[in-house]
Amino acid sequence: MNAWIVWPVVVPLAAATLSVLAGQRMARVIIGSATVAIVGALAGLTLQVWQNGPQRHVIGGWEPPLGIQLYADGLSVVMLWMSTVVGALIGVYALGYFAHDSGTTGTAATGEHGDNSELFWPLWLFLWAALHALFLSADIFNLYVTLELLGLAGVALVNLAGGQLALVAGMRYLLASLLGSLAYFLGVAFLYATCGVLDVRMLSTRVSAHPAVWLAIAVMTLGLLLKTALFPLHFWLPPAHANAPAPVSALLSALVVKASFYLLLRLWFQVFSVVLPPVAGQVLGILGVLAILWGSVLALRQQRLKLLVAYSTVAQIGYLFVLFPLAGGTAWGAAAWSGGTFHALAHACAKAAMFMAAGTMMAALGHDHLHELAGMGQRLPLSMFAFALAGVSLMGLPPSGGFVAKWLLLDAALASGQWWWGAVLIVGGLLAAGYVFLVLRQAFAPLPADVRYRPVPRVMELAALSLALLAFLLGLMAIPPLTLLQIGAPFVGGLGTEALP
Amino acid sequence: MSWDTALPVLVLLSSLVPGLVIFFLREEQSRVRTALNLAGAVVKIGLVGIMLWGVYHERHYETRLPLLPGLDLILRADALAMLLTTLSAGLWLVTTIFAVGYLEGSPHRSRFFGFFSLCVTATMGIALAHNLLTFFVFYELLTLTTYPLVIHRGTPQALRAGRTYLVYTLAGSAVLLLGIVWLHRVAGPFSFTQGGALSHLGPQSHGTLLVIFALLIAGVGVKAALVPLHGWLPVAMVAPAPVSALLHAVAVVKAGAFGVVRVVYEVFGIRFAADLGVTTPLALLAALTIVYGSLRAVVQDDLKRRLAYSTVSQVSYIALGVATPGSISSIGGIVHLVHQGIMKITLFFCAGNLAETLGIHRVSEMNGVGRRMPWTMVAFTVAALGMIGVPPMAGFISKWYLGVGAVEAGQGWIIAVLAASSALNAAYFLPILHTAWFKHPTGEWKEEHPRGRFEADWRLLLPSLVTAALVIATGLFASTVMSPLTWAKLIAAREYQP
Repeated sequence: MNAWIVWPVVVPLAAATLSVLAGQRMARVIIGSATVAIVGALAGLTLQVWQNGPQRHVIGGWEPPLGIQLYADGLSVVMLWMSTVVGALIGVYALGYFAHDSGTTGTAATGEHGDNSELFWPLWLFLWAALHALFLSADIFNLYVTLELLGLAGVALVNLAGGQLALVAGMRYLLASLLGSLAYFLGVAFLYATCGVLDVRMLSTRVSAHPAVWLAIAVMTLGLLLKTALFPLHFWLPPAHANAPAPVSALLSALVVKASFYLLLRLWFQVFSVVLPPVAGQVLGILGVLAILWGSVLALRQQRLKLLVAYSTVAQIGYLFVLFPLAGGTAWGAAAWSGGTFHALAHACAKAAMFMAAGTMMAALGHDHLHELAGMGQRLPLSMFAFALAGVSLMGLPPSGGFVAKWLLLDAALASGQWWWGAVLIVGGLLAAGYVFLVLRQAFAPLPADVRYRPVPRVMELAALSLALLAFLLGLMAIPPLTLLQIGAPFVGGLGTEALP
Repeated sequence: MSWDTALPVLVLLSSLVPGLVIFFLREEQSRVRTALNLAGAVVKIGLVGIMLWGVYHERHYETRLPLLPGLDLILRADALAMLLTTLSAGLWLVTTIFAVGYLEGSPHRSRFFGFFSLCVTATMGIALAHNLLTFFVFYELLTLTTYPLVIHRGTPQALRAGRTYLVYTLAGSAVLLLGIVWLHRVAGPFSFTQGGALSHLGPQSHGTLLVIFALLIAGVGVKAALVPLHGWLPVAMVAPAPVSALLHAVAVVKAGAFGVVRVVYEVFGIRFAADLGVTTPLALLAALTIVYGSLRAVVQDDLKRRLAYSTVSQVSYIALGVATPGSISSIGGIVHLVHQGIMKITLFFCAGNLAETLGIHRVSEMNGVGRRMPWTMVAFTVAALGMIGVPPMAGFISKWYLGVGAVEAGQGWIIAVLAASSALNAAYFLPILHTAWFKHPTGEWKEEHPRGRFEADWRLLLPSLVTAALVIATGLFASTVMSPLTWAKLIAAREYQP
């Protein structure tokens, strides 16, 4: 019986329904039990994948091409763990965030979204379910459905904040999201018309260099790039991520953008790999480089903390795409593949922690103007420390998860002889240090006497710190996830440690 | 986990744990904080002592943790590591005493001592690191943990200095990382090996190795303050005196110099490096730094800035000794790791004491200060004479071996550099001594700090006296069994084994 695979989807879905019925008072119980159940199911699934390789599960006994199939390999499992751990800690944070918020409704500018906070729990659980379904789907149509659901849940969450800025940002996000899924769906239609199947594995044996396939690749990739907010399609991300309530910003930046990236990985390396010429990967890589530079430079110029963090996401997404030009050869493909996916993992922990810490500071101050954060290190030392640890991972310094990712990508770049990608990674790390220390130096500036602080729930600080510590120490426990990522991966063996011939 | 594998980790934990606990102490819990600091420092000295005894009797202490596929984090107590761990452990204790006195009553002490302990932990990690990956991990931790110490005062000037510090060190580490990853691609995973780990590589990769050597030396050269990468060091003087003392003597600058030693001796190997033709450029760079630092020091009036430029100059003796082929030069370079540390920390203790007790920051304000604070100036004089190279002080031993080594290697120009540098050392230290001892005080002293029974708070005075005594002792007893010189000879002998 290998039904472990369905529970990561079913549990949050059931919890979402329950939370609508039960109301906000039960939020704590529902989230707690849902998290425990998901972790249990995920542990079972991980063990199966670890021992027996990739798992397939046919729902209702209907085989493809007719039935729905779930599929889990190392990549899916790692992504699921990322979403579960980061998601659960964001949930814990949100408990404190909305309690703090509703307690002060009407007294401060941030209080205005207290009214909508009961909608957060069902939407968040729903988003969780959609995300898990996406990581486990094995055919391109179901992937479309999950992608669309994820986008809608995300848009609804952004609009929780209320206020004009959030509304405008939410509308832009909605348009971008719908346009992205539509383009993807168009591609699905082309592929189905040409190949006659939707299942990922079957599709990979049937795609050929046919004009319709080319068109499908183009529109699907464009749609997913828009959803992942790769430069120059990132325009919607900073306002949406910066104006949402802090737990939502964390969810979107840490997890939601990773979903469309995951889908791109699947499609490019497991479906289209036979027909794609190497130059296509180079194009994605160049866009990634531009994203790193552009996002970092804009992050350096921001006056608001949450916008700075949001532009940092634009930059960090760029790193993910450096994997495409590098994951080509057999000798270094594994290093690039593992490095890119590990970066997604490390960034999820670090960026969620960063948005949570920024949200705590904003909740305490009532605003997030960068130059008025002086002395924050004395008021909220734990949040500042969390921000710093997360920053270490973004800079790619040891022993963080970001360091391991950077090491592997750098290794792949040098091994493939394309050292310039490595140079970009290094420059990107320095730029990240620039904007992270822009915030950290404020921690040491003297505390102004006339600023009013509202106390914030300790649980918010602790949730952010836990994730930041995880990001910081991820490098010390990199071996299990890296080993897991090899299961069912398109590149196997030789993780960048053997000498050149 | 057996004792032999646990010991290196315990050495790190003995400062890591107190540091982490101290962060959570309230500001007014100064007794608990001091007790934790001192307990950690004493335990560390004990553990390092055990390790020293063991290494001398050829025991192996090693801890491994898999970090990347095929690459471990390795901490291992070898002879070279013991030199730096012993130095750091000893100087951490005296610096802690000094810092407690120096910072008494000032704000944010929990934060300060927390990062202070983390900084020592990072230094220990650098000393015990047994491959480049481990070295890099702790090298970066050192950058991150010293930054809060440099900007501790939070003034605009301190924040600017912090930015300069970060720009230099992070750029350096980026270059270092590139070199390390590249070297692993070319040579596969390897540990530090006496005599070098790369000599098996054929001539087709020599061009690449040249570039990698340049990257690695540039990376560690930033912290070692090799010209033109030294710009951060004089600026970082804005930090509190105990930080400057630690930065210059055992932590940051020493980490860089130690990195040079590891790269030349245990990554490339001195013979292989000489065959590649990289040692002469490195020696020239070191010589340039020695002369340039001294020249700049002569014209500084600010006492700490003068000492800072002196550090730029003195630390490069290590690189010079290491880059000159021949075992005698090696001894001179390696032993200077320790000698420069104890001499420079004494000078900074004295400078900090003068600033804290009498508000003296400039050489021109030191007229006749030898009468008001004789013991402080005695310690200062001992260390300054040591720096110039007057026998029987520690610095004389270093310069003697460097000079004899230069003759042995047939590099006469090094003698000229050493002579010029000694003359310049005299030119910037002797006027200070003259001002302090022989000029008349210009007016009443501004008493800024309660002096207690002695000429100054005992916690500010005692550390400098202890380290000054060490400056004499390491020189006088240089040929005894446990002296730094004996260890340096042991290391050099192994490096030059046929």
